[in-house]
Amino acid sequence: MSDSIVLTVNGTKVTVSLGATVAVAMTIAGQACRTSVHGEPRGPLCGMGICFECRAVINGQPHCRSCQILCESGMDVRTNE
Amino acid sequence: MGRTSFDLVIVGAGIVGAACADESARRGMTVAVVDRDVIGSGATAAGMGHVVVMDDSEPQFALTHYSQQLWQALRPELPEDVEYEQAGTIWVASDDEEMAEVLRKHQFYRERGVSTEVLDAQALYQREPNLRPGMAGGLLVPEDVVVYPPCAARFLMERAQSRGAQIRLGTAVIRVGQGHVALADGSEISGKIVVNAAGAWAAEFTPGIEIKKRKGHLVITDRYPGFLRHQLVELGYLKSAHSVTSDSVAFNVQPRRTGQILIGSSRQYGAEHKEIDQPILTRMLRRAQEYMPGLGAMSAVRTWTGFRAATPDKLPLIGPWPGDSSLFLATGHEGLGITTSLATSKLLVDKITGAKPEIPIEPYLPSRAKEAVHV
Amino acid sequence: MAAAARAAECGVRVGLVDDNVALGGQIWRGAPEDHPESASWAARLRSAGVTALSGLRVFHQPEPGVLLAEGREDIHELRYEKLILATGARERFLPLPGWTLPNVMGAGGLQAMVKSGLPIADKRVVVAGTGPLLLAVAAYLRKRGAKVLVVCEQTSWSRLAGFAATLVRFPSKISQSLELKKNLAGIPFAANSWPTAAQGTDRLESVHISRSGALQDIACDYLACGFHLAPNTELALLLGCRMSGDFVQVDEFQQTTVPGVYCAGEPTRIGGVECALVEGQIAGLAAAGKADLARLLFHERSEVHRFARALERTFRLRDELKALPADASIICRCEDVTHVRLIQHSSWRAAKLHTRCGMGPCQGRVCGPATKFLYGWSPDSVRPPIFPARVESLSALVAGGTEPKA
Repeated sequence: MSDSIVLTVNGTKVTVSLGATVAVAMTIAGQACRTSVHGEPRGPLCGMGICFECRAVINGQPHCRSCQILCESGMDVRTNE
Repeated sequence: MGRTSFDLVIVGAGIVGAACADESARRGMTVAVVDRDVIGSGATAAGMGHVVVMDDSEPQFALTHYSQQLWQALRPELPEDVEYEQAGTIWVASDDEEMAEVLRKHQFYRERGVSTEVLDAQALYQREPNLRPGMAGGLLVPEDVVVYPPCAARFLMERAQSRGAQIRLGTAVIRVGQGHVALADGSEISGKIVVNAAGAWAAEFTPGIEIKKRKGHLVITDRYPGFLRHQLVELGYLKSAHSVTSDSVAFNVQPRRTGQILIGSSRQYGAEHKEIDQPILTRMLRRAQEYMPGLGAMSAVRTWTGFRAATPDKLPLIGPWPGDSSLFLATGHEGLGITTSLATSKLLVDKITGAKPEIPIEPYLPSRAKEAVHV
Repeated sequence: MAAAARAAECGVRVGLVDDNVALGGQIWRGAPEDHPESASWAARLRSAGVTALSGLRVFHQPEPGVLLAEGREDIHELRYEKLILATGARERFLPLPGWTLPNVMGAGGLQAMVKSGLPIADKRVVVAGTGPLLLAVAAYLRKRGAKVLVVCEQTSWSRLAGFAATLVRFPSKISQSLELKKNLAGIPFAANSWPTAAQGTDRLESVHISRSGALQDIACDYLACGFHLAPNTELALLLGCRMSGDFVQVDEFQQTTVPGVYCAGEPTRIGGVECALVEGQIAGLAAAGKADLARLLFHERSEVHRFARALERTFRLRDELKALPADASIICRCEDVTHVRLIQHSSWRAAKLHTRCGMGPCQGRVCGPATKFLYGWSPDSVRPPIFPARVESLSALVAGGTEPKA
């Protein structure tokens, strides 16, 4: 069983270690998790699931708190516009 | 506030009070507005901000139509935060019986110069693909509008203030009448005319006004742009709004400019507390999911309630109160306060100044109520 | 965890529900090697038969004794006779120009991300804000290979000296401090110091700091910035527990004013892990009906409460921080509401209605403490859902509850 996971962030493959969260994958990839009301890029702030800045689209489902979700092989992750 | 005596003192800084302040200041009156809360609270803060033409009765149509035209004329001056959006309404028909109602409404509006479009099932789904399959069609009213009411109230109030209107917030009103408004801190403001625009609480200040609180629930989701394009209302809504005694829910959803979906609506009699009634909320949300199953998976961010001011004949009270020549009413708007606020202010100030109103005021006069109502 | 273990060891059937994927909350997040004490409590939980319900968020109590909690795909009805609230605290964030840039995170926030797999080796980090968490975070990051460029603590040297003096009374704290001192050797530490702006285009590139009045510009990859803690009291408020200031009021057995509901740890006062452990145990024992056993811990609790009071005194926010945001600085991140728009309102309610500040999914958890500090506002009452929940969850029928009329 491999210790790393490969998923896609905004179309690009990213490799993370087992147990990493989606927010971590997006930060490693240098991609914003979401775009704010006025178009600013945003990433995780609190790291514990209460600020909602890390919301991303995971496998087509929007508004997922990526800091609370573990990466899974083959996940498709996109910036929540 | 230096001056304590005005041409007009308005109790209530919701959308109706704000509109009346704006109109009366525009016509050169000295105006004061009082409210125990902030500008645009009460039902103004809670409601959907749906500016909608209605056909329950001729007077209701006349008032909503006139007022909607006033909103259109106001549009260029409204700031961004009022979020004026001509989203249009679709009255959704789930079966043939409701489709017949669609045709009747279409005819009614056509005869009165309001353009609407009958949508068959295919046309309906083209416009709103997220409705569940099996709908019969609907009536599109393209000129209906959505606004964000607290900021609309603030815009009107600030415009009134720019013409000298004064506002006193944060102190409760304890007595209204005979040209005076007494506040809880012991101060008094006098007006040649006092206007009771206190919405669901109007009868607290003027005993005998036949207004009952009609509680409603709302839920707002996170942003899902593109899911919903028009305000969608089920035709059964009319049965709900008509019911005088029982609690009811109806499918009524609105796209906000932010992409959030506002989900309503519910009506309850006799509920005085503002806490969420879970059984009603559950019913309302289930009804909404019946029409648009996609709502179920959406993140709901907030819920809240509000109190509509309901009158027995479903028309507002605009005009002088029999028994106190200095007291006027501008209240009782039930679910149409935002829509009819502008027309209310015109009719009210026309009546005060003796100007000829655009539409007859008689159907809304407080004196139309039964003799036995007032002391 | 302490409450659950002690209650279960008395023979009571205990469920432990938490939003995070694993137990341990914030302080005990990640690998047990980082905090060995957690392993023994986890073992006690397991052998006492506590049911761990991870990945669930409580969002409502539709009737007394029934909590509704949402998971990734489902919802759970949790029926209880006794409830212990151990909802912890979150970091307090103060807005400053540029704080919304990606890679500006809380201090605990960056630590949580590293514990969740974020590579930090050789990355340049500025740690700033206030509170003992800063030092713990700096030490942890350094241990994981980060280049911690500076730790900026806003409180004064004299307050810190006073705090160090009180630590003498707590032997465990002394050894913790010595350990910390070792791990922090070589990292510049500055009191009277705070960040004044974060800069960058798509993400953080540098931080402006003020060190006793002198301004400095530091290029870095991450800013880990948090100003101590704000208690998570939303569920307590929803249940109607009486508050004492910002905290939940409890009696000597950690009981709230709502019968059957207990509260322990940060929601009752910010006191760190020692407070949480002893209060949690008292609550667990009391809820299990073992008042005598609970009493045995009262002395230890009054000791750690002295530490909590010292924390509160030492890390109070200075007024200069109120001047941090510029007109265009975003205060409410969910709705992008700026400082200049908010400052004209005299209450949370007016600001919320007219700007939408506080109406976003964080439900005021981030902007609430910030606006309280900046403008003196007090937030509204709490309504369900106390955490965003799916529409289908809000309309779930409660088994055995009143069936709504069709």
